[in-house]
Amino acid sequence: MTSDRQKSTEALLGGYRVLDITNERGLLCGKILGDLGADVIKIEPPGGDQARNIAPFYKDIIHPEKSLYWFALNTSKRGITLNIETSDGREIFKRLVKTADFLIESFEPGYMDGLGLGYSVLEKINPRIIMTSITPFGSTGPYARYKASDITLGAMGGLTYLSGETDKAPCRISLPQSYLVGGLHGAMGSMIAHYYRESCGEGQHVDVSMQQAIIYFTMNATEMWNLMKVNTQRSGLLSMVERPEPLGQLRTRWYWRCKDGYIMFFLAGGASKGYVDSSTALVELMDDEGMAGELKDYDWTNFDTYQISQEELDRKERIIAEFFLTKTKQQLYEAAIKKGILIGPLSAVNDVVESPQLHARKYFVNVEHPELGDAITYPGAPVKFSEAPWKISHRAPLIGEHNVEIYGKELGLAREQLAILKAAKVI
Amino acid sequence: MNIDRKQVFEGIKVIDFSWVAVGPQTTKVLAEHGATVVRIESHRRPENLRTVPPFKDSKPSLDHGAYASSYNTNKYGLALNLAKPSGQKIATRLIEWADIVLESFSPGVMKRLGLDYEVARRIKPDIIYCSTTFQGQYGPHALFGGLGFHGAALAGFSMLTGYTAGEPAPAHTAYLDYIAPWYLVIALIAALERRRKTGHGMYIDQAQYEASVTFLSPALLDYVVNGRIMSCMGNRDPYAAPHGIYPCRGSDRWVAISVFTDEEWQAFDEAIGNPEWARYPRFGTMLGRKENEDELDQLVASWTINYTAEQVMSLMQSKGVAAGVVNSAEDLFNDPQLKYREHFVYLQQKVVGYRAYQNEAIKFSKTHQRLWKAGPNIGEDNEYVCKEILNLTDDDISDLVAEDVITAE
Repeated sequence: MTSDRQKSTEALLGGYRVLDITNERGLLCGKILGDLGADVIKIEPPGGDQARNIAPFYKDIIHPEKSLYWFALNTSKRGITLNIETSDGREIFKRLVKTADFLIESFEPGYMDGLGLGYSVLEKINPRIIMTSITPFGSTGPYARYKASDITLGAMGGLTYLSGETDKAPCRISLPQSYLVGGLHGAMGSMIAHYYRESCGEGQHVDVSMQQAIIYFTMNATEMWNLMKVNTQRSGLLSMVERPEPLGQLRTRWYWRCKDGYIMFFLAGGASKGYVDSSTALVELMDDEGMAGELKDYDWTNFDTYQISQEELDRKERIIAEFFLTKTKQQLYEAAIKKGILIGPLSAVNDVVESPQLHARKYFVNVEHPELGDAITYPGAPVKFSEAPWKISHRAPLIGEHNVEIYGKELGLAREQLAILKAAKVI
Repeated sequence: MNIDRKQVFEGIKVIDFSWVAVGPQTTKVLAEHGATVVRIESHRRPENLRTVPPFKDSKPSLDHGAYASSYNTNKYGLALNLAKPSGQKIATRLIEWADIVLESFSPGVMKRLGLDYEVARRIKPDIIYCSTTFQGQYGPHALFGGLGFHGAALAGFSMLTGYTAGEPAPAHTAYLDYIAPWYLVIALIAALERRRKTGHGMYIDQAQYEASVTFLSPALLDYVVNGRIMSCMGNRDPYAAPHGIYPCRGSDRWVAISVFTDEEWQAFDEAIGNPEWARYPRFGTMLGRKENEDELDQLVASWTINYTAEQVMSLMQSKGVAAGVVNSAEDLFNDPQLKYREHFVYLQQKVVGYRAYQNEAIKFSKTHQRLWKAGPNIGEDNEYVCKEILNLTDDDISDLVAEDVITAE
């Protein structure tokens, strides 16, 4: 950590250097550390990383310097190009490792070792280095070399099984999540190792499995199997409650059509005051428009998912469904806020971007893109600190944007040397 | 793994008032890496997670829920009645003891209890005080009391899962609850580091909504720049074919397969035995496959249906094609890679008995995490916390129980 690389000491990770040689599979990790103030150097193959070809694109212009995917996941990073498969490349890489605090990679297990750049080598060069490997299944094990993509990972992590309609194939989330999950756990692991390293000076290897990270999304499905030998099923807009005989399974509605879309809501009451108040408030709202029907004087403390008959539940749900159809998502959400009713509208991305709550919290931030002559609105900090904010310091790097700064100024390579390296496809 | 090595957060003390999933999973990470975490619950106001199945012997009761203890490994459970002034007093003593305070109540609750950051800071100037709620501590919707399911809907994830645009078919999971905690752990460690350097504590305000929509960022930017509102598209991907989830032999058995490049298509063709149809010109190029994707999917399915999902995965992987079994919960317990990674760890829980907990997704070469104690029942560690941390005597404890400040049932 040299002083001329030190960012503002205000920043939480100010003064720490991260080498980020990830591809699509690990980009979020470096963004998190960079937004926390670390000096993140994104290392890409000469010509730029493949992730620059991922849509969507700025004004739909398909170009490696205009990928919105790339923009979103590489904020606060500087960028250099380096081919670590060349001998010059490896040597330069080792020089960079010598003064780095973190190294993040997401290559196939064995790739870094195969190049003589595995942790066992790098820790000798720099005992402080924390090397974080983000892979589909972990660095070792029977599936470590398995090929993976977002859809296969969601499947193997148990999440996809739980999603979709009962009578159709299980269905993944259309916006790929698996690599983001891996990146986030990578950042968490890097920070845990960082805390350790700051107390004793030793780095270590941090080995993330995306598959394991995805399993958490399955909530209590693993407990249901472990204890009850029941496999939680997908059920579309309904939710199935397992109950012992003679009651049997109960079908409850979770997602309801409303006037202009869908909302999330389920009937509840019983011992929970929150649920009872919510249900009572909803019925009051319905009653204001004469739509409460038989629910009007129902005491929700009596509502018990484990006792109610399917027929009675269906009747109650029908009444409520009728009411929801007369209201928009916005109307129902506003009523939910005002009256404490547990309803969640199913937002689309425009609802998120236009959220009055997010705006009141100043969540979105403008990031300058001088190369586009534009500024773009980005999602901001995942957590608000009372001091030293978590924030985007600048846009994602252009291809090789900081080659001169890093290779020339910092490593002291002369122009002629850089020209040789460029011609030899090292940078 | 050197088991004599000190754990990362040994000596760090946490008082955890949080409920349900986000707060508890956050302090769970710290506890599993050596922090001492005291979890505050109360028989008078039990938290929601204790009402979620499965229950031991199918008997719904506060201590029979297996899920309730899942997020609270290694923690000490103290049953404190915060409605009583004496209960609040004990809480402030624990704040004085702690390095970190974590709470997830509706904004304003901790202030009413006299346990907010202002109070905590007076007691302990360098306290790291962390509040996590669905929408944050302020703003027009800050008091919205939804669960993670409502959150997943509001945050846009539900609408992005489904076969037809505009018609959701989401997983019934509190999706945000499995993104927010990891951001919070990162934040807490950054705060601890800062305190080590400067001696200052800080206040952390997390809106789980804000943390989670970072996972939508490419689509958010697409809307901001191009005005495009992303909709769900089943199991398709704009840039791959075949790409989907295909039926296999057996009941409700499926495999996910994806082919993004020419190379992968050649490998896929080999894996399925070079059938005649794969040679048709319309399937030979990616553009061709995308144009004829319905037909392609049918043909692939007519092949996969003859094999088990495991056979398809194995065969595809042997040729270098990405394929994965759509694992049910049962499958996860039998997965060889998860066994290798020791994902499931068995602990004895007082009421629920011997059952599986989940390890973290990360292996550290030097500072392993350890699961040594099952999640506690309400007040399970009353005696330990009162004696070892609060230095109370047996008589003190019985008085407090008699006054319903510490609850025993």
